[in-house]
Amino acid sequence: MPETLLNVKGLNAWYDESHVLHGVDFNVRAGEIVTLLGRNGAGKSTTLKSIMGLIPRRAGSVVYSGKELINARPDQIGNAGIAFCPEDRGIFRSLNVTENLMLPPVIAPGGLDLQTIYTLFPNLKERASSQGTMLSGGEQQMLAIARILRTGARLLLLDEPTEGLAPVIVQQIGAMIREIKKRGFTVLLVEQNFTFAATLADRHYVMEHGRIIDEIGNENLHSATGKLHAYLGV
Amino acid sequence: MFTVFGIPLQLLNGQLLLGLVNGAFYALLSLGLAVIFGMLGIINFAHGALYMMGAFVAYLLLENFNIGYWWALLLAPLTVALFGALMERLIIRRMYKVDHVYGLLLTFALAMIIQGVFRLLFNNAGLPYRIPAELQGSINLGFMFMPIYRAWVVVAALAVCFTTWFVIERTSLGARLRAATESAALVQSFGVNVPRMILLTYAGGAALAAFAGVLAAPVYSVNANMGENFMITVFAIVVIGGMGSILGSVVASIFLGMAEGLTKLFYPEASALVIFVVMIIVLMTKPSGLFGKGH
Repeated sequence: MPETLLNVKGLNAWYDESHVLHGVDFNVRAGEIVTLLGRNGAGKSTTLKSIMGLIPRRAGSVVYSGKELINARPDQIGNAGIAFCPEDRGIFRSLNVTENLMLPPVIAPGGLDLQTIYTLFPNLKERASSQGTMLSGGEQQMLAIARILRTGARLLLLDEPTEGLAPVIVQQIGAMIREIKKRGFTVLLVEQNFTFAATLADRHYVMEHGRIIDEIGNENLHSATGKLHAYLGV
Repeated sequence: MFTVFGIPLQLLNGQLLLGLVNGAFYALLSLGLAVIFGMLGIINFAHGALYMMGAFVAYLLLENFNIGYWWALLLAPLTVALFGALMERLIIRRMYKVDHVYGLLLTFALAMIIQGVFRLLFNNAGLPYRIPAELQGSINLGFMFMPIYRAWVVVAALAVCFTTWFVIERTSLGARLRAATESAALVQSFGVNVPRMILLTYAGGAALAAFAGVLAAPVYSVNANMGENFMITVFAIVVIGGMGSILGSVVASIFLGMAEGLTKLFYPEASALVIFVVMIIVLMTKPSGLFGKGH
């Protein structure tokens, strides 16, 4: 079995006074795609942000590649090899496409080179000097993922990459995530779109009220469908 | 004698040049303000004090260590940048999460304290600073005599403005700065030490003010109030150019410096007012300033 790349234990998080994560436990092994499923407000996005250190107050344990990061600053966590693609995609308005793409500094060897990125995402080359936010939603999502493939980060946290996108674009994003996995990246994916998640992931964790309440291997997904429908209310 | 609207041409040229020199100082100062406001969201009222400190460092270097103008152009901005870095680290940093008005009040208080200390130490009298030997004299342009030092001020100021614009708009460091103004958290998650970048930005803005101070030392006399007199006008210019817009600040500075110079000639009573009249008109028609992005 491959090494455990990320091990989250007893993760708690607070926004001001409100306590939103209540002891989240899960792990991600190197090379896996793992999804966090759950209803709106279950704490999925907050879990990603907490791992990244972007929530003002957190406690528990986040061990990445053998290194405890619970007290680290976001830039230290980024330098350790975790990269975050936020739900709003985080494309910078005052930067053009190339500037957006080249913004995250390379933190370790092993990232994709520019040539490969342009092969995978030809649109980004065609629209190199467009303002970042002038791209379509799908292109912005591609850009947001492409820019963290360059840096040498091994674990990618993707927050709802398919949200608000047309089905044909969702398929493209899916193909892209499979390609990323093939190239040795590890992905922790937050998804509302369960059917999409099912085509990609190795394992699923189900969240509710700021906790992990179940773990389902993708091979057992079929038999767990009834249970999942109850969890997700779909 | 050749005249324009009853004004001798030589006098007109002289006033335009004076306006251009003033405009160059406005540009350097408003540039620093624009960079600091754009990146930190702080309306830096201490800017005039930093400018004054730059002039004083040049003066003190010459008086005490016989270190001349050219070294002062390098050492004074470095010294003031260090002071600015300390100020950001110890005091100003606490203002980022609260409304802009708190940063304004805080830096205003800092300016008063710094000016007070210099007034205590050096009184109010202007201290002389000689023009360096290499830049003394003037050249005959045919239609007027151009003091070499004034020409140097304009060239140096524009060169520094262009360099600053280039760094921010055309380099990867500048892209990080611009991105951090939109989402500091996301840029930091990419592994960039954003707090340190902000510290260096403030220090850089302070260095720009000090550089202007050294340039100004031989033109205006060195005294504790020299920044205060300038700053109100410079703030009006920044508002006209558009808060946080580098290009807007520089263009508005040059234009308004010359407008001020011309007003002195045609209607001297209004020369202190003209910039503020322009400000009112601009704010009424385009509240975010001529080059402002309107957010």
